[in-house]
Amino acid sequence: MTEESKRPAVDPSGATSVHREVVPTTVGSRPQGEVIGTRQGLFGSIGSGDTSGYGGTTAPVRFPGQSERPYGGWFDEAVDVLEEVLTEQGVPFGQAIERVVVAHEGSQAELTLWVAREHLVTVARALRDDQDLRFELSLGVSGVHYPGDLGRELHAVYHLTSVTHGRRLRLEVACPDADPHVPSTTSVYPANDWHERETYDFFGIVFDGHPGLARIEMPDDWPGHPQRKDYPLGGIPVEYKGATVPPPDTRRSYS
Amino acid sequence: MTAGTFHATRAAAEDLPEGAAFFEASGGDWDEIAREVVGEERIVVNMGPQHPSTHGVLRLMLEIDGETVTEARAGIGYLHTGIEKNMEFRTWTQGTTFCTRMDYLAPLFQEAGFCLATEKLLGITDDVPERASVIRVMMMELNRIASHLVCLGTAGNEMGATTVMTIAFTGREEILRVFEAVTGLRMNHAYIRPGGVAQDVPDGIEHMVRKAIPLIKHYVGQLGDLMLANPIFKARLVGTGVLELAGCMALGITGPVLRSAGLPYDVRKAFPYSGYETYDFEVPVSHNADTYDRVVLRLEECYQSLKIVEQTLARLEQTKGTPTMVADKKIAWPAMLAVGGDGQGNSLEHIKKIMGTSMEALIHHFKIVTEGFRVPVGQAWQTVEHPRGELGVHVVSDGGTRPYRAHFRDPSFNNLQAVSVMCEGGQVADVVVSVASLDPVLGGVDR
Repeated sequence: MTEESKRPAVDPSGATSVHREVVPTTVGSRPQGEVIGTRQGLFGSIGSGDTSGYGGTTAPVRFPGQSERPYGGWFDEAVDVLEEVLTEQGVPFGQAIERVVVAHEGSQAELTLWVAREHLVTVARALRDDQDLRFELSLGVSGVHYPGDLGRELHAVYHLTSVTHGRRLRLEVACPDADPHVPSTTSVYPANDWHERETYDFFGIVFDGHPGLARIEMPDDWPGHPQRKDYPLGGIPVEYKGATVPPPDTRRSYS
Repeated sequence: MTAGTFHATRAAAEDLPEGAAFFEASGGDWDEIAREVVGEERIVVNMGPQHPSTHGVLRLMLEIDGETVTEARAGIGYLHTGIEKNMEFRTWTQGTTFCTRMDYLAPLFQEAGFCLATEKLLGITDDVPERASVIRVMMMELNRIASHLVCLGTAGNEMGATTVMTIAFTGREEILRVFEAVTGLRMNHAYIRPGGVAQDVPDGIEHMVRKAIPLIKHYVGQLGDLMLANPIFKARLVGTGVLELAGCMALGITGPVLRSAGLPYDVRKAFPYSGYETYDFEVPVSHNADTYDRVVLRLEECYQSLKIVEQTLARLEQTKGTPTMVADKKIAWPAMLAVGGDGQGNSLEHIKKIMGTSMEALIHHFKIVTEGFRVPVGQAWQTVEHPRGELGVHVVSDGGTRPYRAHFRDPSFNNLQAVSVMCEGGQVADVVVSVASLDPVLGGVDR
């Protein structure tokens, strides 16, 4: 790694500083996750009452924390079944599932299981094969790059659907930038073949055990992984009627 | 900037694994290398990326033995435009302008999926006015027919039936005329916006759509008459490109291809959105899992979509005059735009108000147009039933005015994985038919 790349990435969307704060894990009844960055700017004041912006407003960017039971709906039952199945296979639930997060409310609620990467394939197979879970349809993988989540910069997000039970679930796996390896789920969901190739192409996550992890969208000899936050968007200024419009990544950002 | 600064991770395998052979083809010929390695003659045919029957820039690599395809691989990426990356540098409202250009034959589905996901993050799903949802459903269903017509028309054209194509495109024209009247554009509409739709439908649209429905039915009927009993058509389609249910599930295939294998999985029924649970329609299914069945299903889906469109028209009349955008002024675009005399979207009344009487309204207008609205931290997943399958939208927000990440799980991207299993062992001519039955649109595949 070069000296330059160790610097926190300059993210044009505003979330610039990278530092972890010690924060209480619960605020009110809602558990809070770790802070992965701080949003600074003249606008978007949250909480301080300062709307002038001159106070230098800052807002933490924070992951949602572990949800508390009851999760609601079928979520409790599914998590219980998964715990049972994993325990039967000799995998302690707490080691495989780092966090259970329920986001959004009412009919829009979504269940996310944060999975430790070494247990990803076991968890996926349990979710697919157990008759009470039966998440038989995988809708692919998408990557997200969080430069501020130190030691867990690259996330792979799996979207599973149970046609049998009419349910949906999300798995989230994180791996460090320095060791970007996640086991491939193609042995469980062959559909993830191209999706993993795409995530490798755009984020540089290496899916170990993938049958042919080659770039899929970018040319084979392309340097870098374009969807990462430290990869520039690029672009050229456009002149129109004498005025110049700068490329989008160098335009003024309000957020 | 050097190459080293923007990728912290090295490529997956710069060093060759042990025992791997390395071949250099520059200045040489692959043919010679292949003969050297496998010791026999292999014919590898590149179909595309400029072949007209590949629906754009799809590249098929076929290894053939006589007329039989022994191996088939699809190569994509020739139309990659970085739309997802671009969306990270625009506001959430501007995002619709980008995602609409992905699958250019079904633009309204990307818009709807993205806006529904954004609304989920904002927590305003239930606040979207009913009229906005009705308009969305009407536009999506018309779009589904337009997309299916292109699929059937181009498939016919690829088999040499030009009449099928001209009829399909004539039918599609009726729908594009409606789109032009409603959104101002024939494609790439950016009409559906987070919180509702960009503007209300023009007066008399119900009448216009009512007049178009019998015409569309007529053209879809003609297509059915031309294709379904045609012996040449049947000889080419029946029993080709078979993909059974187990294969579909393993490969994540959705849409008409999955339903042709017998599973009535439709997101509109399984995970309803925009009020689809309140419409009366059926999900056609068949069981032969071949390309012929997929044609039959697409035709049948056109009729079902028309059935939904008819229901939306009644609701449009009932909800006349009600809002088409959420009431929250911190999200909704302040001006209700209307097409002015210059053909542009204007709102003279609004301009008069903000320039003449209300400083605060002017500031608010400026802020929401240039800065956009803030979306709470979190992620959301929303899928819609796209003409080609299940379109998934994964959006992540870091609390700013722009998406932190927007990922589109395009159904054609996923479905193209089935090319190998559908084509291997068949004839070269069947490849064209099988790929046409997947109906890939490369704008969506490559994004």
